[in-house]
Amino acid sequence: MAAIASAPHFAQEHGGHAKEHDNSLWSWVTTVDHKRIGILYGVSSFLFFLLGGIEASLIRTQLIVPNNRLVDPDTFNQLTTMHALTMVFLALMPLTAAFFNIAVPLMIGARDVAFPRLNAFSYWTFLVGALILNFGWIYGGSPDSGWFAYANITSRQYSPGPGMDYYTLGLQVLGVASMAAALNFIVTILNMRAPGMTLMRMPVFVWMTLVTSILIVLAFPVITVALIFLALDRMVGTSFFNPTGGGDPILWQHLFWIFGHPEVYILILPAMGVVSEILPTFSRKPLFGYHFVVYSGVAIGFLAFGVWSHHMFATGLGPIADSGFALATMLIAIPTGVKIFNWIGTLWDGAIRFTTAMLFATAFIAVFIVGGLSGVMHASPPAVLQQSATYFIVAHIHYVLFGGTIFGLFGGIYYWFPKVSGRLLSESAGKVHFWLTMVGMNIAFFPMHFLGLDGMPRRIYTYGADMGWSFWNLVSTLGVYLIIVGTLIFIGNIVWSVRSGVVAFSDPWDAATLEWSIPSPPPEHNFDRIPVVASARPLWDWKYGAAHSHESHAHAPIAGAQHGDDGEHIHMPNPSYWPLVTAVGLAVIAFGILFWIPMAIFGVFLLFFGINSWAFEPAG
Amino acid sequence: MTASHATATTHVDTSPDSGYGTTLRISHRKLLMWAFLASDCMFFGTLIANFITYFTRNEGTSPFTFLDIPYTSVSAFVLLMSSLTMVIALACIQRGDEIGMRIWLVATALLGSVFLGGQYFEFTEFYHKGMQLTGVNLFSSAFFTLTGTHGLHVTVGVIWLLSLVVVSFTKGIKSSESLNVEIAGLYWHFVDVVWIIIFAAVYLVGNTMTAPPLRGG
Repeated sequence: MAAIASAPHFAQEHGGHAKEHDNSLWSWVTTVDHKRIGILYGVSSFLFFLLGGIEASLIRTQLIVPNNRLVDPDTFNQLTTMHALTMVFLALMPLTAAFFNIAVPLMIGARDVAFPRLNAFSYWTFLVGALILNFGWIYGGSPDSGWFAYANITSRQYSPGPGMDYYTLGLQVLGVASMAAALNFIVTILNMRAPGMTLMRMPVFVWMTLVTSILIVLAFPVITVALIFLALDRMVGTSFFNPTGGGDPILWQHLFWIFGHPEVYILILPAMGVVSEILPTFSRKPLFGYHFVVYSGVAIGFLAFGVWSHHMFATGLGPIADSGFALATMLIAIPTGVKIFNWIGTLWDGAIRFTTAMLFATAFIAVFIVGGLSGVMHASPPAVLQQSATYFIVAHIHYVLFGGTIFGLFGGIYYWFPKVSGRLLSESAGKVHFWLTMVGMNIAFFPMHFLGLDGMPRRIYTYGADMGWSFWNLVSTLGVYLIIVGTLIFIGNIVWSVRSGVVAFSDPWDAATLEWSIPSPPPEHNFDRIPVVASARPLWDWKYGAAHSHESHAHAPIAGAQHGDDGEHIHMPNPSYWPLVTAVGLAVIAFGILFWIPMAIFGVFLLFFGINSWAFEPAG
Repeated sequence: MTASHATATTHVDTSPDSGYGTTLRISHRKLLMWAFLASDCMFFGTLIANFITYFTRNEGTSPFTFLDIPYTSVSAFVLLMSSLTMVIALACIQRGDEIGMRIWLVATALLGSVFLGGQYFEFTEFYHKGMQLTGVNLFSSAFFTLTGTHGLHVTVGVIWLLSLVVVSFTKGIKSSESLNVEIAGLYWHFVDVVWIIIFAAVYLVGNTMTAPPLRGG
């Protein structure tokens, strides 16, 4: 990829390795460079985004007219389940991980993440989990009981095929990947900041990465245990979620949503962080109320663990639990509202440039408000009893995850693409992409509010012509086709721009954060000299002066500046294939559990061998 | 919470293990282990919550008749003593006494193995008395998954400690590399502390809450 074509004057500077010019397949397989891993995450997650999009298109095409017979009910169930799982775990989460990898070390003035090989392991393990989760398309049928897999339709009795086994093992492996990445980024952010970058001088995106990582570290163990129970129920014969054996299906819902609600914020907080970077840059103003935005993000993360039962009002938890969880849920509207007002306050009186990134960021605010408002409606138990399991819920989740997360991340792609590739994405194609996506998204998802209030249940594979749902279903499907056209234009834009786009110099947007102080694409070691930071907007300080930060010029890193005068030796970690071997060990274990237990035992040995070789590999 | 400024420092120890050059002055690996332990708290918290949800569903295998508090108190004591030997092992290597470290690491692993042996014996006895992972009741399933998962953690710990001993014999561990032992120790102490909570929740509470009601005159 173009990320490799770095400025030649960095080439000889560390030991004649010239690793940064090595573009072979092997160099990508063994890479431990956070920028390359970020690109791997980005490309893979975008391919899964397309796969999830194809699944969504099939679902919508099946529903375009009443009594359609394009896909059979069984396939439809697999499509809805896999669409959700693919989008949540294989597209959006890894796409945020791509941004963590690419942007966070650069934004905090670090040369890599704290554990480069663990970072590679996260990526390969994610790929293994994605393979397991999608294996059902090849053999035995995919998971088909909805992405939250309510007991007891997940039991062996009601899901006899291997689909739910792919679900338990695939999510388990994906959990390992997310956990490893989150631990890595917690340490990186807390421990590798440039001198002077206190917590309250970190860019908001870095803050949101930190909060997201903490949520992952605390929420994933819960689903890990729940998946162990489910796997035991299905494979060994326990009855944790099986009422005939004395178990309680509601326990699954509790465990799933104690993980599942933080998961929602794991998806949205990074997008909020991206938007908090884009808005100030293109308004030429510091983020309005930086501290409030940060504290609100932390508050959202904290409250995430206290609201899980609002997904379960329909189970009848009783008035006290319902009231408590309803109030906690409504509390979340406060920090979210604070953020929205701060973003609008940032725009206020700014010198706004509506680049494509800025269009996506402002659209994020508008569309996310729609999703937020229907979210507050769901906080009320009497209201949600009417809306539960209808298309109203589907509308809500797509407004927050498509209009929120995907808009934020698209904005991030337009914003950081020049840093990764050295070239700008085409703005004119970008604007076409934006408008098609924006209009298509609203046409696709707004009618679902009407359908839901008219009583159309989610996950039905077809409906009768006499139900009165035909018109809005047709409209909704047409909206999806607009999104498809927009996405194709986006792909064309990437393919064209990566070779022929306008060359971006170090700072195409006149931005305020450290990643724009180094060449595009950055050299392998990122910073010739680790910069010294004196405010939350170091680059603006250096470019325009800062009244209160006389020290800010101390180590202003200039592209191509000589280093070595102070005896500093830049030492980058060696490439390694042991993370890949260890991840393959996990794959062998998982497929062994599925098909042939001796293979799983071999996998354990492979895993142990990988970890052992990894631990004793000479460090870079 | 504010981060320290990484201005000029008078530290003489510039090894990465000492946290030199990091923002928080803690080595990356130690910070990683602390964050992982936070995660493991949620892991065991979920398993314990599951046990508390299900231990009353125990028809035929009442915890009161099965769980032997004196027996498990002894194995709990053994495990807690292994924390003491772990501390001594770390203290040895920190002052450069590699022989002492080996002895006390082996002692720690041995105490851990005694605990595991006790658990194996306990599981076998329960199994033959009719308490099984599957097909009996939810108390049994929850008991075996919770204590079994803890046993698995202890097993990983024992392997870790023994591999440190092996490394000590093959490559040697210097006092400047004591962080390797310290991190294993963090994990080991955590596994011990979790056992205190499991012992309280499963054996003390589980046992007494299912005791038959006293019949007064």
